[in-house]
Amino acid sequence: MTALVPGRIRRLASLAEALLTPHGMDRYLELINPMLVRNEIRGVVTAVRRQTADTVTLTIRPSRAWRGFTAGQYVRVSVDIDGVRRTRCYSPAGSQHQHDGQLELTIKADPKGLVSRHLHKNAQRGTVLGLSQPDGRFTLPEQRPSKVLLISGGSGITPVMSMLRTMADEKHPGEIVFLHYANTADDVLYREELAELTERHPGVKAVLAYTLATSASSRRGADLHGFFSAKHLTEAAPWFRSAETYLCGPKPLMDSVRELLEAEGLGEQLHTEEFTPPALKFDVVDAKGQIRFAHSGKEFANSGKPLLEQAEDAGLKPEHGCRMGICLSCTKVKTSGCVRNAKSGELCEDENVEIQLCISVPVGDVEVNA
Amino acid sequence: MTGLQDRLTPQQIEAFGREMDELRQRIVADLGQEDVDYIHNIIKIQRQLEIAGRGLLFAGFFPPAWVAGVAALSVSKILDNMEIGHNILHGQYDWTRDPALSSQKFEWDMVGPADNWRHSHNYIHHTYTNILDKDRDIGYGVLRMDPAQRWHPYYLGNPAYAALIAFFFQWAIMLHDLEFDRILKGERTVSDTKEVAAKMVKKASRQVGKDYLVFPLLTGPTAPLTLVGNATANLTRNLWSFSIIFCGHFPADVESFTQEETENESRGQWYLRQILGSANITGGKLFHIMSGNLSHQIEHHLFPDIPARRYPQIAGEVRAICEKYGLPYNTGSLSHQLSSVAKKIVKLALPWVGQPRKPSTVERDKVRLAA
Repeated sequence: MTALVPGRIRRLASLAEALLTPHGMDRYLELINPMLVRNEIRGVVTAVRRQTADTVTLTIRPSRAWRGFTAGQYVRVSVDIDGVRRTRCYSPAGSQHQHDGQLELTIKADPKGLVSRHLHKNAQRGTVLGLSQPDGRFTLPEQRPSKVLLISGGSGITPVMSMLRTMADEKHPGEIVFLHYANTADDVLYREELAELTERHPGVKAVLAYTLATSASSRRGADLHGFFSAKHLTEAAPWFRSAETYLCGPKPLMDSVRELLEAEGLGEQLHTEEFTPPALKFDVVDAKGQIRFAHSGKEFANSGKPLLEQAEDAGLKPEHGCRMGICLSCTKVKTSGCVRNAKSGELCEDENVEIQLCISVPVGDVEVNA
Repeated sequence: MTGLQDRLTPQQIEAFGREMDELRQRIVADLGQEDVDYIHNIIKIQRQLEIAGRGLLFAGFFPPAWVAGVAALSVSKILDNMEIGHNILHGQYDWTRDPALSSQKFEWDMVGPADNWRHSHNYIHHTYTNILDKDRDIGYGVLRMDPAQRWHPYYLGNPAYAALIAFFFQWAIMLHDLEFDRILKGERTVSDTKEVAAKMVKKASRQVGKDYLVFPLLTGPTAPLTLVGNATANLTRNLWSFSIIFCGHFPADVESFTQEETENESRGQWYLRQILGSANITGGKLFHIMSGNLSHQIEHHLFPDIPARRYPQIAGEVRAICEKYGLPYNTGSLSHQLSSVAKKIVKLALPWVGQPRKPSTVERDKVRLAA
């Protein structure tokens, strides 16, 4: 990308950086318009639609530093609520080849979710959000499999919808089955888009299953009923044994699909977006030291668990998101002491560094500015 | 007899500490949008003044434009240094999680790298406030600012060194982190300074490049005028910051402490030391903003990581608590505090002033009560 920018512009930009040190160009450009930033990534909402009562679908135009994403990846979306920046991960639902470079996020308002409820209620055309470069390894291989089974539940539809739309744009020659679970007919996301895609692409089949539909009206348009089962699988994609399966949804759905495919010896052909925490390594027996949360003045003995849990045990309510070291929502400054990263096992002894509370286990005395 | 141990009974000190903690909790719970809007607004004003100042200096051949440009740039540099830089680097806005307001990421318009300063200031100075041989901000390792510092013929130059520090304050702050004094004492070697020194060279060359090379060159024939203008703005900021900061800890009656009396200090005793070791400056709203609210040095030392705009709001309460426990609350006008500091700088240049330790304000208050 940089190579395409004319040399003169690059020289001007570096002169501007020399003049605007130490704050940098973005801190001045944003005073004119928050979307003019060059280094930071932001996105402005260009369209808002509500497919169902508890979701909102945002079309977002990213600022110039955005480098595009791969279908299935997620981005960190930040929004300021009551003066505090909150960050959550959302997977774009559009094709990675979308010609205008815009992103589409479909966000379900979780009754307990601060950010999702805020966006559901307040996002409108012109709202500016913080974005990150995309992340995540839940993606299709470069060489697309000839048979693809995409399974999703609820708002877990977004990364697999992105895969479907991407392969449709690529005129995927093989077969794709899109098996989607929703509570009732009123909760189906992307119904029209799925209908249109199946019409235009003969290899694509969409199968809708409703788990909680009781009345006739809530069952309209259903292909299958009830929760995921072996029967659903064979009805939707009889060739599932020779397919690569991509799965994203609530934990019970993830568990039952995984169980079934593993029993068939197909564990290696199953790819999942893990929004459930991996096992963290920590030891609660030999824990030593005192933990101090300086900002709130709380001090307690180290129990050996990750700092987020210890803070919660002590009655504090630190902000958090994924609880697995992805979303950076629980990032705080550690002012002193040593912590172990429960995912990697790495030790961090530096003073005044940012740590993620959810995956940091104190080793001895630790003070956190929280 | 010291002010720290004898002022309050153990029960009193505990109750006093609790009151301070409660005050703190109340403010922390109340932090929100207003605080963020405030600092964003100050930042916006600072950036606009900076752009206006730099712009006006392009017309520096026209004297009123030069004067207005230097004035705007000076105010911009003062805001950047005090209300924005100092306070953000204290972590006062870390709770907002905005990287632009993060103590770890913010860099200020000063030659000293924020990173180096944060350690020496937030940690050493704010933890060991006014403890002799611990708090390196007592005289910055260069001046004799406390009677308990042993006199040496070197200190005859006290007023001259202070003037140099005032004029080159941003450079003094930067060099402070090399800890020359500790190298001389043998507590540190020159090679220990490698890392901080490398950061200094990098940061200072960018700052110097901007103010004394690139901007002057861009203004073409009036380059010398621009250079002098930028230097004047830096000088104004230096003198202003020096004045505010020296009034924070060095007026008469501000106490210092020994390491022994602060061993195993409780939270309440730590609060007490912050009050006895700091002094406020009275003034209007604009003055408080221009001082980065360090005109409320007492409140700042009690709660260094609470947004500074809150200090004037709680000052009345802090003062009332001090009165309740019979504690001094040192405050005065800028001219009063500055002349008090100036007298101290001159007096302590002389061998017969100081040693042994001057009596604490406890003795003074006893004498006053008796009279």
